[in-house]
Amino acid sequence: MVDPFISSFTIFVLAVFVGYHVVWNVTPALHTPLMAVTNAISGIIIVGAMLQVVDINGSQITVTSVLGTIGIFLASINIFGGFMVTQRMLDMFKKKKKQGA
Amino acid sequence: MENVSAVLYLVAAVLFILALKGLSSPTTAIQGNRYGIIGMLIAVATTFMIMDKPVLALIVGAIVAGGAIGAYKAKTVEMTGMPELVAAMHSLVGLSAVLIAVAAIFHTGVEHTGVQKVELFIGAFIGAITFTASVVAYGKLSGKFGAKAVNFSGQHLLNLVLALAMVGFGVAYFLTDSHGAFLMMVAIALVLGVTLIIPIGGADMPVVVSMLNSYSGWAAAGIGFTLNNPVLIIAGACVGSSGAILSYIMCKAMNRSIVSVLLGGFGAEAGGGGSADTGPKNYKSGSAEDATFLMGNADSVIIVPGYGLAVSRAQHALQEFAELLHQKGVNVRYAIHPVAGRMPGHMNVLLAEAEVPYEQVQEMEEINSDFSNTDVVLVIGANDVVNPAAQKDKQSPIYGMPILEAHKARTVIVVKRSMSVGYAGLDNELFYMDKTMMVFGDAKKVVEDMLKAVSH
Repeated sequence: MVDPFISSFTIFVLAVFVGYHVVWNVTPALHTPLMAVTNAISGIIIVGAMLQVVDINGSQITVTSVLGTIGIFLASINIFGGFMVTQRMLDMFKKKKKQGA
Repeated sequence: MENVSAVLYLVAAVLFILALKGLSSPTTAIQGNRYGIIGMLIAVATTFMIMDKPVLALIVGAIVAGGAIGAYKAKTVEMTGMPELVAAMHSLVGLSAVLIAVAAIFHTGVEHTGVQKVELFIGAFIGAITFTASVVAYGKLSGKFGAKAVNFSGQHLLNLVLALAMVGFGVAYFLTDSHGAFLMMVAIALVLGVTLIIPIGGADMPVVVSMLNSYSGWAAAGIGFTLNNPVLIIAGACVGSSGAILSYIMCKAMNRSIVSVLLGGFGAEAGGGGSADTGPKNYKSGSAEDATFLMGNADSVIIVPGYGLAVSRAQHALQEFAELLHQKGVNVRYAIHPVAGRMPGHMNVLLAEAEVPYEQVQEMEEINSDFSNTDVVLVIGANDVVNPAAQKDKQSPIYGMPILEAHKARTVIVVKRSMSVGYAGLDNELFYMDKTMMVFGDAKKVVEDMLKAVSH
C-alpha cells in the first residue's frame, strides 16, 4: 500500500506542470482576469472548511465547527467575488470586440 | 460512494484547468469562466455528499453571507481598485487556510499521523504569511498604510530569527502534539508575513501581488495534502504556478530579480547610479492644440498609456479622441508595457472599460518594431517604461529593462504634470530630445483639450 502522501504528491507535481503550461498560454491582456479567476479558484479551500463543520460526538458547536464556518464564509467571498468580477471584466473585453468589428 | 466522489472531484479539477485555458483569448475566456463556476458547484455538492453529519445551518448560512459580500464587492469595485480587491482576496484564502488547519488540530474525533502533522504545519504557516502579507499589501495599495518601504537595520536577521522560532514551535508540536505550540507557530508566521512585506516599496507592488497570488494557491494545496483531497491539491497547484509565472513576468518587465524585490525598497537602490543631474537641460513644450495638430496630420499614431492616465481618469476621453483620429484616417494603436498598471494586465482592463477596441491594443513585443516608422507617439502618464537609458546607459539602474521604443518615432509628445522623475527616480532623456514636445498639465485636462481641438 502506497502512503497517501505519495499519491497526493504525485497529483501535486503533475498539477504544477499542467498549471505552468496552461498559464503561459494566457494572453498578457487577460492577466488581471487571470488573477481574479485564480482568486475564485483558490476559494476551493471551502471544501476543506466544509469538512470541519460536522457534528462531533453529538455537539454541533465546537471550536472546529466554528472555525470551519468562518473559513466557509471567507472562501465564499472569494468564490462569488472572484467569478463575478472576472465575468464583469471579460464582458468589457467582449463589448469592444463588437464595436471594433 | 468514495469512488463516485473521487471522480466528481476530478471533473471539477478538469473544469478549473479549462477555466484557465480559456483565458488564452477574450473570445474563449467567458466560456472558461463558466467552466470554473460549474467546477466549483460540483466540488461543493460533492463535498456535501461525502460529509458525515454536516451542520447544514452553519454551512449554508456562511455561504450565503460570504456570497452576498463577494457579489456586492464584485459589482461595485472600480477597475482602478482591482489590485486592492485582489490583495484582499488573497488575504481571505490565507486566513481560511489558517482557520482550517487550527480547526483540524482541535478536531477531537481525528488522530493525525506524522506526515499529516507536517502537512498541517506547512498549510498553516503559508496561510498565515499569505494572510498578513496580503493585508499589508492591501494597505499599501489603497494608500492606507503609506506605500513607502520600511527599512531598519537587522531586518533580515529578525526575519531569520522569526523563521527559526516558527520552525522550532512546529517541531515542538510534532513531538508533543501540543495545541499551544501549534498556535505559537501560527502567531509567529502572522508576524513574519508583516515583516517580510514592509521593506517592499510601492513600485514593486505588481510583483508582490503576483507573489501572494502564488502563495494563496500553495496554501490551498497544503490544506489539500492534509485532507488528502485531490481537487484542493490540483486547484491549489495551478493557482500557485500561475502566480509564480506572473511574478516572473513582472520581475522581468521591471528588470528586477525576485530576490532584490524581497530584500528591499526600490528607491534606495536606484539612488546610487544613473545619469546624475548635469544642470538644466532644454526641452520644448507646446499646447494641447499643437499636439492635436501634429497627430491630426499624421498617418500613424501610437499611444503609450501609463498609470498616470488611469489616476486622472482620462481613459474615456482618450478613447473618444483616438476614435476621432481613427475616423480621420489616422492609424491609431495603443502600446502596453507589462507594468503599465499596478498589477499584471491592469492597463488592458482599464482600456477595455473605456471601450478601446481590443484590436488597437498591442503588447510590447508586438509593437516595438513599429515605432521607427510611426509618425507620432503620444506618451500619457508613463515615464520609466519609455526611458531610453534602459537601452543605452550601462550605469543606469534600469539598464536592461525592456522598454517601449518611443524614442525611435519621428515625433514624440509627452503629456506630464511637470518635469519630475518617475518611480525609479531617474531623469528621462526622451523628454529632452529635439523631436519631443512636452505638454504640461493633468492628463484628463490635456486630453479633453485635445478632444475639443480635434472636433473643430
